[in-house]
Amino acid sequence: MMDTLSSNRSVILFSIMGLLLVSVGIYQSWSLALTILNFCLISAVMSLGVNIQWGFAGLFNAGVMGSAALGGVAAVLISSQPVPEAIAAGGGGILAGIATLIVIIAICYFVFKKMRDHRDLSYMIIGIIAFIGYLLVRSIFDPATGAIELVDAARTGFLGGLGLPIILSWFVGGLFAAAGAWVIGKIALGLRSDYLAIATLGISEIIVAFLKNEDWLTRGVKNVTGLPRPVPYEVTLQKSPFYQGIADSMGFTIIEFSSIFVKLCYTGLFLAVLILVYVLSEKALQSPWGRMMRAIRDNEISANAMGKNIKARHLQVFVLGSAVVGIAGAMLTTIDGQFTPSSYQPLRFTFLIWVMVIVGGSGNNLGAILGAFIVWFTWNQAPEIGNWLMGVVTSGMAEDSALRIHLLASASQMRLITMGLILLLVLRFSPRGLIPENNR
Amino acid sequence: MAFLIGENMTGGYGGADILHDCTIGVEKGEIAVIVGPNGAGKSTGMKAIFGMLDIHTGRVMMDGQDITKLSPQARVNLGMGFVPQTSNVFTSMTVEENLEMGAFIRTDDISDTKEQVFDLFPILREKRNQPAGELSGGQRQQVAVGRALMTKPKVLMLDEPTAGVSPIVMDELFDRIIEIAKSGVAVLMVEQNAKQALNIADKGYVLVQGSNKYTDTGEALLANPDVRKAFLGG
Amino acid sequence: MDILNSLVLLANYIFVPGLTYGCQLALGALGITLVYGILRFSNFAHGETMSFGAMFSILFMWLFQSWGISIAPLPTVLIALPFGILCTIAWVLFCDKAIYKFYRTKKAPPVIFLIASTGLMFLMAGVIRFIIGPRDQTVSDGARFIMRAREFKEMTGLDEGLAIKTSQAITVIATIIIVTLLFWFLNKTLTGKSMRAYSDNEDLALLSGINPDRVVMYAWVITAIIATVAGTLYGLDKSYKPFTFLQLLLPIFAAAIVGGIGNPLGAVVGGFVIAFSEITVTYAYKKFYAYLTPESWHSDGLLQLLSTDYKFAVSFVILVVVLLIKPTGIFKGQSL
Repeated sequence: MMDTLSSNRSVILFSIMGLLLVSVGIYQSWSLALTILNFCLISAVMSLGVNIQWGFAGLFNAGVMGSAALGGVAAVLISSQPVPEAIAAGGGGILAGIATLIVIIAICYFVFKKMRDHRDLSYMIIGIIAFIGYLLVRSIFDPATGAIELVDAARTGFLGGLGLPIILSWFVGGLFAAAGAWVIGKIALGLRSDYLAIATLGISEIIVAFLKNEDWLTRGVKNVTGLPRPVPYEVTLQKSPFYQGIADSMGFTIIEFSSIFVKLCYTGLFLAVLILVYVLSEKALQSPWGRMMRAIRDNEISANAMGKNIKARHLQVFVLGSAVVGIAGAMLTTIDGQFTPSSYQPLRFTFLIWVMVIVGGSGNNLGAILGAFIVWFTWNQAPEIGNWLMGVVTSGMAEDSALRIHLLASASQMRLITMGLILLLVLRFSPRGLIPENNR
Repeated sequence: MAFLIGENMTGGYGGADILHDCTIGVEKGEIAVIVGPNGAGKSTGMKAIFGMLDIHTGRVMMDGQDITKLSPQARVNLGMGFVPQTSNVFTSMTVEENLEMGAFIRTDDISDTKEQVFDLFPILREKRNQPAGELSGGQRQQVAVGRALMTKPKVLMLDEPTAGVSPIVMDELFDRIIEIAKSGVAVLMVEQNAKQALNIADKGYVLVQGSNKYTDTGEALLANPDVRKAFLGG
Repeated sequence: MDILNSLVLLANYIFVPGLTYGCQLALGALGITLVYGILRFSNFAHGETMSFGAMFSILFMWLFQSWGISIAPLPTVLIALPFGILCTIAWVLFCDKAIYKFYRTKKAPPVIFLIASTGLMFLMAGVIRFIIGPRDQTVSDGARFIMRAREFKEMTGLDEGLAIKTSQAITVIATIIIVTLLFWFLNKTLTGKSMRAYSDNEDLALLSGINPDRVVMYAWVITAIIATVAGTLYGLDKSYKPFTFLQLLLPIFAAAIVGGIGNPLGAVVGGFVIAFSEITVTYAYKKFYAYLTPESWHSDGLLQLLSTDYKFAVSFVILVVVLLIKPTGIFKGQSL
């Protein structure tokens, strides 16, 4: 009974969502509707990732942005063409630097393990080793990065990537994010929930700062543009008589058609990933592992008493969830065709995803997907609605009224206000979300 | 009727009833002690009188007034002082500040009462500027009792005041409690150390599974062979 | 002479800015710590509260400027500050009633409060940008400097200058006043003590007849005052940008946690620890080194441990180290 009720509810809600997208197609343009749909799909993957952490295990990860950025950088490192001059100039130095870094970390770890009985002393020694090691690594790194950044700075100035198909980076992005999450989890899991939130927020900021400033790796704020696509280019389609024929028969101009076709290709790819992640996630949720995770979430104390290793379990979900976000991050960079580190803002990449999960229904995968659709749609359309609203509000005012001008100019800020209101209202009046977690 | 009395109390913390038709009372200037085995509902009985749990049957009367429906805070205002068993002092605040907080609801001058507490527990005067968290267990209990006395209560309720303190400290604490009772305060306490507590009690209540098993003067209970055998270790 | 020059150099580039920044962080961290001590959650909306207060101060400043009111050489925003504070108090009390009170009565877990504060952060960020726009606003008018680098050089005959901005002096003085008043309030007044008692042991505070609604209200009022002052001073010193306040959240939290969250003294000390670490680690010591060593030793490097872009990474590393080694912070946290 309960199940049919909630599945009916999902069908209705998803249908409404579909209708909204179709109406954008009819009233604005199909190309826009597909763009929104594609970003909805990417957001849904991210939101599934966060749902694994929050919904399954109750972990508040405020570092979603960091995982997404790691996914993005994977896209760059996999797909862009290598820059042989830069590698010749500084590749060796970078490798030597990384090797030194690993050695130093190993020494620190060794000291930490060996000097269990003298904690304070060991901290001091580790501090000194880390400091000297840092200077050493810098002295190896700096000349190398300097040389790399000098290589044709206007066009490259970075090592480049492997020149492999970008779709591979979705997988690698997941791995990057998982590796990052493992390190973060080792440090921050086991802290109180709000400390975990602050720690993850901080680490994600550092990751983004790193990507913004390490030009040798990512070109920093100069951005990496023109990443290769996994789908055909519009121009190619426009030259093909075959597609011209289809466009004509459907009553679109070839320009319109090529744009829609390309977007549909992306939709297909993203949908495949989403379905895969969803199915795996559902399987995990219903497996004994998932039941145990929820048991830990609902009662940490008794789970602990039953001898479950909570920290290890939390590390698993944390890594898994972050990996999923990393995949979505790589997908996002793929559809953008460029990597712009400065676009990673916590409001957009961390807290917006949170709104999606809470609105959809924490702990319910379908809910997380629905939440992603609704929230991304609203986020995208809020300025439109804001403009329309301000148009109505200001219609009675004089043309040159300062208030009118100010209101019209500020309409785009409506999206933040809307998001805040949605989150607060859902949390208050429907705290289990639009499609609540059913008690299996 | 006694000055403070919980009559025929039945109730619990929302789940199953813990108290069953339990009656506990105390007169002004007297010490009443609730004893009994673990899980007998001793603390629960006292908390019921203080209004910290719902009783659906029975009533609580103080000075002829029905206070069954009042919140604990309101009962403090009427003259009840309560010393919880654990976390009964503000650890980060000084001894003197603890006493001031005890007197928070008073609007008149509290320095006399503070002096009385210091006279009762001289060590507290000495340590008045030390954070309560830095004191020994026995001294903390003194702060806790002192805090409750700051409202000049008519009834003082103590939940196992001697838990975890040494026998010497316990004797001293009991002496102080006798002194407090002599000043006209009704003292109601729950005690694990049944023998010593009944020694100083004017009235004793032996609870078993939330009901009154024996009720008598402290002396009589100590003399009662059944009570001795079952609860006082012979 | 070279030694004096090098010291002035450090004073100008590390001590004065560090002191100012430390004050700004300390005030911010005090707000976090107060809310944590009384309401027991990490308030992610605090940065926006600071921004909100600063915005209202600026709006009133514009009003006064349009009326031609000025207290030159002091900046006009100082007389607008009380009005900004009043608006912020009204707003946080409204938010508490509309949002947090519900979860308080329900005794919701801290993480729910945290999510609610995230929602409020969004909402306020939008409202702020809606009202004042997302762009930079200059707050400072009146005299810009108390002492210019050139004046200092002429006065002392040294090669290095020491500049002190009016905003820096105001920040330090205002912080001293606020912190003194706060500590006086918490330690000497009955209301302040009742707040500490509530923070220390909620149940016992209730038994003592302390009214929790009152305590919560005072906590918000004080938080609003401090947040408005902090936000306005930050805007006065740097210029007011709505988006900086989300970035400030991290060093502010770091300061509060490093000092011991819930402990006001810790918040102040934590603020300075974070500020001076950030600045000393990201300062380029090239010139300082040049003064103290013979010329043949000089190198081309900037002698900078970490690029300034990683400034907040420093606060974060300190945060992590403290969380791992001594999670309660320098001063034991948890209560006011």
